[in-house]
Amino acid sequence: MANYYTDNPALKLHLNHPLMRKIVGLKERDYTDAEKFDYAPVDFEDAMDNYGRVLEIVGELCGTTIAENAEGVDHEGPKVENGRVTYASGTQQNLDACRKAGLMGMAMPRRFGGLNFPITPYIMAADIVSRADTGFENLWGLQDCAETLYEFGSDDQRERFIPRVCAGETMSMDLTEPDAGSDLQSVMLKATEQPDGTWVLNGVKRFITNGDSDIHLVLARSEDGTKDGRGLSMFIYDKRQGGVTVRRIENKMGIKGSPTCELVYKNAKAELCGSRRMGLIKYVMALMNGARLGIAAQSVGVSEIAYREALAYAKDRKQFGKAIIEFPAVAEMLSVMKAKLDASRCLLYETARYVDMYKAYEDIARERSLTPDERKEMKQYNKLADACTPLAKGLTSEYCNQNAYDCIQVHGGSGFMKDYACERVYRDARITSIYEGTTQLQVVAAIRHVFTGTYLQLVEQYAAMPVSDELVAQKQILEGLVGQYKAAVAKVHETNDTAYTDFMARRLVEMAGNIVMGYLLVTDASRNAASEDNEVAAAAAELTRSAKVYVNLARAEVARNAEFVANVQPADMAAYTYAG
Amino acid sequence: MSLNIIVLAKQVPDTRNVGKDAMKEDGTINRAALPAIFNPEDLNALEQALLLKDANPGSTVTMLTMGLPRAAEVVREGIFRGADKGIVLTDRALGGADTLATSYSLAQAIKKFGNYDVVLCGRQAIDGDTAQVGPQIAEKLGIPQVTYAEEILGLENGKVTVKRRLESGVETVKAPLPCVITVNGSAAECRPRNARRVMQYKYAVSPSEKAKLSEERQKLVESRPGLDIEEWGAAFVEADPEQIGMAGSPTKVKAIENVVFTAKECLALDNDDAQIECLVQDLIKNHTIG
Repeated sequence: MANYYTDNPALKLHLNHPLMRKIVGLKERDYTDAEKFDYAPVDFEDAMDNYGRVLEIVGELCGTTIAENAEGVDHEGPKVENGRVTYASGTQQNLDACRKAGLMGMAMPRRFGGLNFPITPYIMAADIVSRADTGFENLWGLQDCAETLYEFGSDDQRERFIPRVCAGETMSMDLTEPDAGSDLQSVMLKATEQPDGTWVLNGVKRFITNGDSDIHLVLARSEDGTKDGRGLSMFIYDKRQGGVTVRRIENKMGIKGSPTCELVYKNAKAELCGSRRMGLIKYVMALMNGARLGIAAQSVGVSEIAYREALAYAKDRKQFGKAIIEFPAVAEMLSVMKAKLDASRCLLYETARYVDMYKAYEDIARERSLTPDERKEMKQYNKLADACTPLAKGLTSEYCNQNAYDCIQVHGGSGFMKDYACERVYRDARITSIYEGTTQLQVVAAIRHVFTGTYLQLVEQYAAMPVSDELVAQKQILEGLVGQYKAAVAKVHETNDTAYTDFMARRLVEMAGNIVMGYLLVTDASRNAASEDNEVAAAAAELTRSAKVYVNLARAEVARNAEFVANVQPADMAAYTYAG
Repeated sequence: MSLNIIVLAKQVPDTRNVGKDAMKEDGTINRAALPAIFNPEDLNALEQALLLKDANPGSTVTMLTMGLPRAAEVVREGIFRGADKGIVLTDRALGGADTLATSYSLAQAIKKFGNYDVVLCGRQAIDGDTAQVGPQIAEKLGIPQVTYAEEILGLENGKVTVKRRLESGVETVKAPLPCVITVNGSAAECRPRNARRVMQYKYAVSPSEKAKLSEERQKLVESRPGLDIEEWGAAFVEADPEQIGMAGSPTKVKAIENVVFTAKECLALDNDDAQIECLVQDLIKNHTIG
């Protein structure tokens, strides 16, 4: 029976990172929950054992039910009738199985019925689910919204809604509208306060994933007469109240099992979540950061399935008297796919750990005041998470698209037919670099950290880590790339031209990403090379191979971008400009 | 009404994924080469038990397995999926049992258990494929049996209504409680392990397993309720020594043959009606089908 956790020891390698001891200790408050809950871990080893066991359940469900349903779900898709969505039958089976397995509300505290998992193992589950069915990962992964409810809702709201999510009710985040996509400041859905202090919502939302969910987080304009983000608040709409109908569901290119809805709000009763006017500025930003990490995990899952499908086909397909994997042109393509996959995964879990660290402190701060040292550490990790989240979302989603493209290429003509999974993977991949902020918007979020030096700070930290003998040369190459990166950043910075900075931003962020991922591959592979766990040691050997391939790729990519930055001057931008 | 439900489960070698080294030179199963798993149809039986429990709140599902002490793994697996507790019937004296001795031993354990309403088990185990143990237990307990069950449709006035999957179709029968129901592989798949239950019950241990734990973990087992898996022996269930183990097993294995299919048994046909018709006629003639 296929198990998508146990058949992929790279996951175990990433789960067993040294920082986990600290993360789990903070998340479990030194294991004091064990006195109150008979399923809470008593120590670090117990907690890690729990994560492994639960990921095995996820892996088994994904390797059987969810993967087996994926094709049928893609064909059948959801339907809308009388304003309500019916999932494809396979989607419904998947959801039921996840509920029975208790995989909803995984990161929520135990007192609300959750499993109190750190973000890292939760994100690993998302990575696994996405490999089985990328569209289903959306529905399952919307349990993320509970995190926002937990962070900003009142005690009463937490108690009323979070246990329902943990019991398996689904969520949605109703943000975008016909005229407010990337530009959420333009949201127009109207929220009106009633004399009794409750609110009603009126208007239309568009492109809402799982829009017929049980519990919605809604961004709406609460302040009459305002036009920007400061007039927006966040609301909780409970489907049990009624007032929202699904007008249509989009006919999409990929992730077809995940219903993308147009919603009509007619005097829909809702309640304010958190403070007025903070909807976009604070809450949606937090919500989006969590969602972006989720998309990075989804992208890694896509890269994984794309690589595996391509590898299996290349071993099986014979041309000119031998398996096509024996031809260097195909083997090179597969090696690069694997390197991009492994690089993506390293960055994903590095980011997840940073998020875990600051969120654990943030949560502790709700119970007691932090010590100055703790506060300092929280701020530091918050900064690293802020820097790495857009980098991870942007680059892993681009890589999974490239891998899906190459997956079809390896399949040749057969890949263009509907007979193989790769065509579905290709269609499913496409959305990852668009939603939850396009790659271009990830660059906008990341470029700040190029200029403030956050990425360089990270790189210095990695450069100080031990490296295995086999990867000494790769580390040296990376040191050289850092020089090229610094020169490119300095050039753009010194030009002191905002338009030029925006023009070059993507290249600088890509360079930072190439170097960070190169270092992560080298350090993650080196740290685990001598692992006593045979599976982890084998995964480390694969990472070592990928590190070599990736550093070659990074060297070429950084040089390409460095040349462009060095040779294209502000005056050259005219050729790239369109008259408004 | 609340029910006392017993689910019989067997730990079996996974014969579905047989490799080259699955059989030893002497023709016996090489257990080391095959992972020990929860017999698949017993999982179907467990699901029926859990559905019965869902429909009849307050019911208790107890796992009962006979085998080596390590069969406690099967009990834990059942608890992870929703069973309440479990018993391992284990004793050197029970070793080497055929289906007759096994059903006697299990029937004794069920008698010892006492107050039961339904005994559920898989139709057959994938290591022996006899489908004898369930029916024999019913005989020894002197209660009705429903075999090849696919779904328990309802429970009313002390009678269960059961849909049976037979070769010729589907049959719906009623049986008074207590009874034995053997469940077919075509029944609903068992629900997955539940994350929270796995974390809660992973430390559930039998006395022999507990003895091997560190002192710290032993204390943990004692401090949390529901972590005890019982171990029962032949004497405890008051089994007659003549009817258990080797002594109680009239079945004697004469020879075991390793049958390897060879290419000459392969028949290639064209995709046309005449040839397919011909093949069907041949298969009917040699009694493969029909």
